[in-house]
Amino acid sequence: MAAFDVPPFRPYPIIPELKPDAMKKDGPFIAKPDHQEALGFPGKLVDNWQEKAIEKMGDLLKRFRSFQVYMDACVKCGACTDKCHYFIGTSDPKNMPVARQDLLRQVYRRYFTFAGKYFPKLVGAKDLTREILDEWYNYYHQCSQCRRCSVFCPYGIDTAEISMAAREIMDSIGHGQKYCNEIIAKVYKIGNNLGLPEPALRDTLEGLEEDILDATGVAVRLPIDEEGVDVLLVTPSADFFAEPHVDGLVGYAKVFHQAGISWTISSYASEAANFSMFIGSYENMRKIALRIRQAAIDLKVKRIVFGECGHAWRVAYSFLNTLAGPFDFLDPKYPVPQHICELTYDLIQRGALKLDKTANDHMKLTFHDSCNVARATRMGSMPGGQFVIPREVIKAVCNHYYDMPSDTIHDGTFCCGGGGGLLTDDLMEVRVKGALPRMEALKQVTDDHGVTHMAAICAICKSQFTKVLPYYGFRMDQIVSVHQLVSNAIVLSPPE
Amino acid sequence: MDFISVVYALLFYLASVIFVVFVARKIYQYATVPAPLKIPTMPAPLTTSGVALRLAREVVFFESLFRSNKWIWLFGWMFHLALLVVLLRHLRYFIDPVWMWVALIQPFGKYASFFMLIGLAGLLARRIVVERIRYISNPSDYLMLLLLLLIGMSGTMLTFVLHTDIVQLKAFTLGLLYFDWQPLPKDPAVLVHLGAVIVLMIIFPFSKLLHAPGIFFSPSRNQVDNAREKRHIAEWATKLETPNN
Ligand code: SF4
Ligand code: SF4
Repeated sequence: MAAFDVPPFRPYPIIPELKPDAMKKDGPFIAKPDHQEALGFPGKLVDNWQEKAIEKMGDLLKRFRSFQVYMDACVKCGACTDKCHYFIGTSDPKNMPVARQDLLRQVYRRYFTFAGKYFPKLVGAKDLTREILDEWYNYYHQCSQCRRCSVFCPYGIDTAEISMAAREIMDSIGHGQKYCNEIIAKVYKIGNNLGLPEPALRDTLEGLEEDILDATGVAVRLPIDEEGVDVLLVTPSADFFAEPHVDGLVGYAKVFHQAGISWTISSYASEAANFSMFIGSYENMRKIALRIRQAAIDLKVKRIVFGECGHAWRVAYSFLNTLAGPFDFLDPKYPVPQHICELTYDLIQRGALKLDKTANDHMKLTFHDSCNVARATRMGSMPGGQFVIPREVIKAVCNHYYDMPSDTIHDGTFCCGGGGGLLTDDLMEVRVKGALPRMEALKQVTDDHGVTHMAAICAICKSQFTKVLPYYGFRMDQIVSVHQLVSNAIVLSPPE
Repeated sequence: MDFISVVYALLFYLASVIFVVFVARKIYQYATVPAPLKIPTMPAPLTTSGVALRLAREVVFFESLFRSNKWIWLFGWMFHLALLVVLLRHLRYFIDPVWMWVALIQPFGKYASFFMLIGLAGLLARRIVVERIRYISNPSDYLMLLLLLLIGMSGTMLTFVLHTDIVQLKAFTLGLLYFDWQPLPKDPAVLVHLGAVIVLMIIFPFSKLLHAPGIFFSPSRNQVDNAREKRHIAEWATKLETPNN
């Protein structure tokens, strides 16, 4: 099936022996000039790229405390070395978080520190060469920016921040990644990652309305660009057509319908995902976030709710207020923004939804904590709500729920392997290998409890699992949306 | 005053100035470079006092490291804690008369040096033996441990084996403080011990020892989780908000 070996399940979680250069490659496809330029970056690798890269590094060191402190603070204790799913799955030592950081740190030391300038050999400082640039490109695209390493580092050093800085530096010298930059360019042009124009979107939503009517006999609406409603729903565009995402979208629609909340999707901001986060570009991230603000103003809504998407929720929860705030024109009774799981959970708590758990009795479920939701956001009003709320929603609509082993969930969760701008076919090998720890955990609950399905609240996780589950002997449809489960269980009132 | 004593005295002043000035510069840098986005590693505290507690747990117990790797935690924590006790014990050479509590910890301080050495030896052994850690180590990482071992061993020797004229040594250190220089006992162990401490103070601001101030400025650990409630924005980012942007 694959041009590479799928790693076998480990009988117990041993730490792999190093296989240097196991994943030494050319990296993903390089961005085309059009896409680079649409984002404000040079079209191709500039002539004086070394000089420009160092200049950019200096600029980022002055603008991002995380980057400056993390470059200095690492003591090479090694605590993070076995924490990355890509290292576990590939055994390539450069996929150990600290070694990944060192690819940038060696250059930082050479150009920005006393020790590196005068005693380079002693502290492992190196001049920026073409070889190092190639390593950056390869290994910073084998990091899904999942932050798992940051949880375990005594100083909280977050390799995601360093990967973002590295990608920003590479973009700024004209050496960006095709997948991310092409997608961002599409958002600017059309409004979403998939490049679905408004008429296509309208069609899709109408089709879904018909499907729901056929299946339930109830007319549930999926409105688009409707002014003056209560809620603007911003959801990843994968929700409009990919499986199992779309079943989740149907679930949101049924929840709104049942709760009597008026809502709409915006064609202008028809994308929750903000890939500019993956390339570490504050300016581009802000530009995309401002579309959401604009849509909320134009449509005169009172609340903003986000659909199921991991990094989108990070940008929404942690950054939206910064990038596109203040949101004082919205209803102050609700947090801005809200997650669809928070909304559904509140309704369930209030008894506002009639649910028939037996509708999901054909499934035994577990829940995959998406890394960005788990380690970079919150839901509800208490720390850790991001773990509790989705699980409570699942348990309210399903009879059979089992958690995966405790060191693979909550803030110790393992990434699906496809996050951080890696969800592209040209990175299939690292995606499959990086999924190993999650697949092992799933195998365990399958063996112990007969779990049949894994629910997730992230568009990337869902797409990634659909692809990689079969490599590990599972079926691709074993991944489901949380709101798909809600959709199954919700009892719709007949039309009045 | 003899030549060696003068050299050591001058080096101590030099090392102190370098240490203070350059560490202060680093702290100033960390404090002034903005953190434009909210990036605490979640779940994070919702209040400033919660954050203070989180940092305190990191600094006092090495909480994250404990969760991460029990061996590194054991050796690392043992070393740091013992070092603290040993340093406090050393206050007796800088204060006259010696404070009550400093006198009381004297026996603990003496034996803590062994724990310090065990911790350091454990860290060094792991660095050499564990393939992953060997891979990420630079020469400076070994040298740092060796330097600390040298300080610890020479100090322990002075305490337990090669007793020196401790009264004279204290006269030297107090003399440094009050700019009234006194000769230094010339035992080799004293010279090695003090020399190595001088080297450590000088390299501190230019090395990974910056993890000490660094941890307090790590945004993933020191930020409050309140992004939705309170708008957090860096000064350079507000400039993007002027109309023509
Ligand atoms: S855990 Fe932190 S300090 Fe230790 S090696 Fe990894 S990044 Fe460096
Ligand atoms: S952020 Fe995640 S993918 Fe990147 S190095 Fe850390 S653990 Fe690995």
